[in-house]
Amino acid sequence: MLNITEEKTISTDICIIGAGPVGLFAVFEAGLLKMRCHLVDALPQIGGQLSEIYPKKPIYDIPGYPEVLAQDLVNNLEQQIAPFHPSFTLGERVEELERLEDDSFRLQTNEGTEIYCKVVVIAGGLGCFEPRKPAIENLETYEGKGIHYIVKNPERYRGKKLVLAGGGDSALDWTLYLAELAEELTLVHRGSTFRGAPDSAAKVMALADQNKINLRLNANVTSIIGNGHLNACILSDNEKNTEVINTDYFIPLFGLSPKLGPIADWNLNLDKNAIAVHTEDYSTNIPGIYAIGDINTYPGKLKLILCGFHEAALMSHSAYRIVSGGKKPSFKYTTVNGVQTF
Amino acid sequence: MITLYVEENNGERRPIEVPTDMSLSLMEVLKASDYPVQATCGGMALCATCHVEVLDGDDKYKEATDPELEMLDTLPEVSDTSRLACQMRIEDEMDGLVVRILAQEEGYV
Repeated sequence: MLNITEEKTISTDICIIGAGPVGLFAVFEAGLLKMRCHLVDALPQIGGQLSEIYPKKPIYDIPGYPEVLAQDLVNNLEQQIAPFHPSFTLGERVEELERLEDDSFRLQTNEGTEIYCKVVVIAGGLGCFEPRKPAIENLETYEGKGIHYIVKNPERYRGKKLVLAGGGDSALDWTLYLAELAEELTLVHRGSTFRGAPDSAAKVMALADQNKINLRLNANVTSIIGNGHLNACILSDNEKNTEVINTDYFIPLFGLSPKLGPIADWNLNLDKNAIAVHTEDYSTNIPGIYAIGDINTYPGKLKLILCGFHEAALMSHSAYRIVSGGKKPSFKYTTVNGVQTF
Repeated sequence: MITLYVEENNGERRPIEVPTDMSLSLMEVLKASDYPVQATCGGMALCATCHVEVLDGDDKYKEATDPELEMLDTLPEVSDTSRLACQMRIEDEMDGLVVRILAQEEGYV
């Protein structure tokens, strides 16, 4: 079982930003050297791109696996690092990084969680997955005041009026789920059909036929009205007809897209959206901060999971000197020593 | 070799010379030419970070395939000739094709 913590203050040896395959494997390499790790990820689950984008796709270039499904690889990594008891803060994004007087670090997330650590490892892939936002004026004004991009707590919508927008699986799935709770639900879709998940699409169509939801096809939410809190969405269809729908919440569900995010503001040397590192240990220009996996760059870089695994091993041996206060790590094979847990 | 064109924001159409015997996708060509295409999923029609609009070329390149349409359905805005560049295999008949890159880049450094 994953140790997903709700603790607001965490103290650890290494804080790993990003719980994708490379961030997860770094826990193993750090663990062999008796270093404790805490991981933070903006997504609500571990696995990064593998779990979020292509869980059922086979991967063919993991050494020792002729073929492995992306989600299976994540599950195996979870099992592999379990002996080292990593802790996780999920669904939060690291916003601030501060170097303290003793050269350790304080990180803070968008939800106010603080992490104190001796070493920071950025294993953030292409950055944080953030919701795609429709181009609507004043959208930002009402974020959190009636506009939500992610359904975190469905109970919040009980007895409320909702407008959902989108045509993908998540728009369909949440429509089905929230139709039970909401007083009134309108689903707005730009297209005339739903191509994903035929089962869900058929159920949504059936709900619309029974007048349990309002379905608006070939339409877009083009503007919003509010006064401190969202009050209504204005829809336009292909024939430029407009309709005002009074609502408590507007939930645009247009999928997630990766953005580098706050990492760009931490004075790290960047090269085309990637963090420049030294190849002997994948350290950055700031002592104590490392970058491994798809987020780093160096001459000859290949964005492969297996390269990230290698980077995690070299990083750990270098980080040990910082965490241990200058000691040299002793190199041991797992075949000789087994996996010494703690 | 064929020539493709990418329409820049100022309307200028920049040519790219592309070999047709290397089994490249348009996404790979755009990336190699330093266009801002992330290709997060690596070419599986799963992320839409290589979203382009076909402005000119044979009609067959203006129609997306089923897996692409599913992905395009999830986006807030698409055009009638939206495609995912990763699903467009470079071939001789593409000579003269003009595309515009629609993939969101807002927020990248």
